[in-house]
Amino acid sequence: MKERSKSRKTIAAPVNEMRLILPAKSVNEKAARSAVAAFVSVLDPTLSELSDIKCAVSEAVTNCIVHGYRDTPGKGEIYITVRIFEDSLLKITVRDRGCGIANIEEARTPLFTTDPEGERSGMGFAVMESFTDRLTVLSKVGRGTTVKMEKRLGTTLDRV
Amino acid sequence: MSFDSCAVSFDTKDNVLTAAVSGEIDHHSAKAIREKIDAELFYLRPDKLIVDMSRVTFMDSSGLGLIMGRMKSAEEIGCGFALKNPGERIKRLLDLAGADRIFDITEEKASKGEKK
Repeated sequence: MKERSKSRKTIAAPVNEMRLILPAKSVNEKAARSAVAAFVSVLDPTLSELSDIKCAVSEAVTNCIVHGYRDTPGKGEIYITVRIFEDSLLKITVRDRGCGIANIEEARTPLFTTDPEGERSGMGFAVMESFTDRLTVLSKVGRGTTVKMEKRLGTTLDRV
Repeated sequence: MSFDSCAVSFDTKDNVLTAAVSGEIDHHSAKAIREKIDAELFYLRPDKLIVDMSRVTFMDSSGLGLIMGRMKSAEEIGCGFALKNPGERIKRLLDLAGADRIFDITEEKASKGEKK
């Protein structure tokens, strides 16, 4: 038993964390990306890094509103968690309790959209993937979708 | 109470309609911008529509949908289309979607006395 506990990988605790719950209203796309940008600004990110983060968060939140809660427009909540780890690693989670995605692989395909009439570009996941270091999408039909994004900033924690 | 974070102003010269967008383009603001540009476009029916992005401070993929949609609106009435001064951030999104190969992108420096 001792051997097992010794070999168990230690999960580092975040040095700072923000949790945000917003109503699934389109006006909150700006509120969400602005709040996340303000929170991570303590790391003194470059303008480019900050723009990447804002854009990725905006995409994830828009997906919750346009797709996750499409059957209940104006209702539902978006849960955003931002964790800052050692070495300026950011982990951002955006979750909804909406309709879920039946085929994640298809949804992640660039230019794929279920809403062509709404002038959606189908580039949401492609942007999140391109503007972060790692993107994970977890979803269950009828239960909701969780988008996890990771990005390591070029700054150090000495500045926090 | 208005939450609009984006505005559009229009200028017409030599039957070329320029729609100058300013502020942030996301899914929330895109609908109002789309309606304003289309209303002006279908009313004036110019030879060419130019969407000026010089004063856009943020754009996500909703902006890509907006731009592609305006290009389609212009095509509907046999009108040319171009995007003006998209900036590096917007260019990155356009590159990602391959949209930069579909329509003309023009760059124009701000004239003297004009704020950047």
